Amino acid sequence: MSAPSLDELFESARTGNRRALGRLLTMVERQDDNAVMVSERAHRDAGQARVIGVTGAPGSGKSTITGRLAAVSGAARPAILAIDPSSPLTGGAILGDRIRMDNNVSSSTFIRSMATRGHAGGLAVAVPDAVRVLDAAGCDPIIVETVGVGQVEVTVAAAADTTVVVVTPGWGDAVQANKAGLLEVADIFVVNKADRPDARGARRDLELMLDLGHRGDWRAPIVLTTATEGEGIDDLWSEIERHTSYLHHSGELIRRRCRRRRSEVADRIELGLRDRALRIIDDQSGESAMVRVERHELSPAAAAEQLLATLIPDNPPKE
Amino acid sequence: MSETPGISPLSADDQEPLRVVLAKLGFDGHDRGLKVVARTLRDAGMEVIYLGLRQTTDSIVAACEQEDADVIGLSMHNAGHLTLAPRMVQAVEEAGLGVPVVIGGIVPAEDVTVLIEAGVAAVLGPGASTEEVVAAVRAAVARQSPVR
Repeated sequence: MSAPSLDELFESARTGNRRALGRLLTMVERQDDNAVMVSERAHRDAGQARVIGVTGAPGSGKSTITGRLAAVSGAARPAILAIDPSSPLTGGAILGDRIRMDNNVSSSTFIRSMATRGHAGGLAVAVPDAVRVLDAAGCDPIIVETVGVGQVEVTVAAAADTTVVVVTPGWGDAVQANKAGLLEVADIFVVNKADRPDARGARRDLELMLDLGHRGDWRAPIVLTTATEGEGIDDLWSEIERHTSYLHHSGELIRRRCRRRRSEVADRIELGLRDRALRIIDDQSGESAMVRVERHELSPAAAAEQLLATLIPDNPPKE
Repeated sequence: MSETPGISPLSADDQEPLRVVLAKLGFDGHDRGLKVVARTLRDAGMEVIYLGLRQTTDSIVAACEQEDADVIGLSMHNAGHLTLAPRMVQAVEEAGLGVPVVIGGIVPAEDVTVLIEAGVAAVLGPGASTEEVVAAVRAAVARQSPVR
């Protein structure tokens, strides 16, 4: 049996074949030679789906919320991309988001778990490709869930049309929130586990912080939810829809997506340059820059300038 | 539009981490062992998609398709293995997944042969070491055809 062609895989994926879509996602996840072709093919048809990012601290209820959102969206084919960290030591991962989702989602929801696979930079390009494939396969909305710790994870979730930040009562005050870098990316705040004491305190903290100013003419609303009971999820979905329509009529959607693609291309260039740079650096022969750095004849900064000039000849080293 | 070039098939024996779906099938509440196995496989560099309790053959097949999994691991402690394990193997075959099914848990010695004959790739008992668990999972995937 010969392997199906890319067109065949896309065609099957579009008609709802889970296996075909699962296989395409594996290809972009691996970022191998096939990935470029898959990405290219997907990009032709992508751009239709709403992309929603959900991020927040571990244990704040992101997976439960995400599963519930897919259910209340009323969409024919929602998709969830759930990202969990790989172990930096072994490269393995436990991807446990599905256990918080399976009971709440319909069988038409496509759920894919993705491990960060150790290379943070890789995540920044693998995720947009995975979203692109889901989009081209006709999934909508696409909900991307990441743990809100670490710059890359937050950035990945923030690379959405609408970014939802989940906090819980007692999570800390607005100063903590500022530190986490989560506030800048939030289009909507959720205070989950709202049945716990001091949910209103958490809301008040966020309101205070939002009073100090926000970007543009959209002020992030704050929704209280008890996701395990399904409470507040309808309200959250209404706010997401309100934000979607704001994006459309303000022109912000086009600007956001433009910025997103720009940073994706920049990320790819950075990754490519980095790979090549590491190869040059590893050249330990004769009078190579690294050898001279080791001998304290050349400073790391000067060596970097020299090597950069080899990588990009039109960019001569600064005097 | 020019024809899309054929895509190279994915093989399970390259550098990519194995993706394992772990679940308990049916009415069976003891998941302590499965959690230990999840941790063991993670520490062996695999990606474990943990489904947990009360799964059905349908939900496991769906997860395998969406996750493009290489192998299914089922934990059984409710004496239902002679009924449930062959059903899982059959569901996998009907879906055309070509994914091996490995069983762990409490299975009497005389039932092991029955399960293997029913198409189960391996049966691991309570005495199995972590090394044996990892080796059994790797072997089960390797025995499956290299082109999935």
